Amino acid sequence: MDKLKLVEATQLKKDIPEFKSGDTINVHVRVVEGDKERIQQFQGVVVSRRGAGVNTTITVRKVSDGVGVERIFPLHSPRIARIELVKEGRVRRAKLYYLRKLASKAVTQKTSV
Amino acid sequence: MSGILGKKLGMTSIFDENGQAVPCTVIEAGPCYVTQIKTKERDGYDAVQLGFDEKKARLVNKPLGGHFARAGSKAMRWVREFRNFNGTALKPGAEVRVDLFHQGDVVSVTGKSKGRGFQGVVKRHHFGGVGMVTHGQSDRVRAPGSIGSSSFPSRVFKGMRMAGRMGHTQVTVRNLTVLKVVPESNLLIVKGSVPGAINGYVEIVREG
Repeated sequence: MDKLKLVEATQLKKDIPEFKSGDTINVHVRVVEGDKERIQQFQGVVVSRRGAGVNTTITVRKVSDGVGVERIFPLHSPRIARIELVKEGRVRRAKLYYLRKLASKAVTQKTSV
Repeated sequence: MSGILGKKLGMTSIFDENGQAVPCTVIEAGPCYVTQIKTKERDGYDAVQLGFDEKKARLVNKPLGGHFARAGSKAMRWVREFRNFNGTALKPGAEVRVDLFHQGDVVSVTGKSKGRGFQGVVKRHHFGGVGMVTHGQSDRVRAPGSIGSSSFPSRVFKGMRMAGRMGHTQVTVRNLTVLKVVPESNLLIVKGSVPGAINGYVEIVREG
């Protein structure tokens, strides 16, 4: 098993800040359009964090123009340029799927410290 | 043709140059030692016999011990033959390592699939089952259906697919791409899955 970890270690990022479900984070995503590359930001609440090692993914939810948007990112993907912890949250669940049913004000209440 | 023996270590994923996560299997391949060279003149065909996974000399029985001693190799757990191995210059006792393979090579991997025990036809042969769940039917959902006609031929044809032991057979997966070779730690990373359980032995052969 150790050698498997060795392979995974070459894929892992080391500069990821510590964050958990309920925190608000800003994900800087590399977007390739044609031959140009730019950074797109996606800021929202971490709804879930699953998997281990290279296969860790995070689900980030935000409400954009009244429409809920969730994006799933592989945490160690080279397409993610940077992750910024914007605000810590205090929640009592690891998976915050119930936020989908709440109004945005309630979301703030539920996840604030 | 060239090949190597290895041990499946497990699956993970690695990111390619586009940032796409690619599923892959990590195989500990080699170092293998040549335990015998078979030649057309003496054995009727050309082959190279490789041994993999060292074991203690005292655990080897005498006939095998003598075989390894003659080749000048250490005692090995697993021995396989490769026909028409292109490294015909190999001598008994020579080492075969993963650096034989390079990134982008296409290989086929042979292993022993996981045993599934006694399985019905739905799992074993991908039958669709017979009945419906409702309309008065009770236990026909995963049934095999008819296995043949009546008074003619009055028997069931050989090879009729039925329930039985499944798995634990030799399976070859062809055309897997080598994603990475790590010679320092004898690792070979291929795209996709490979037959067998973790720690199962696999035979890796270059395609084409």
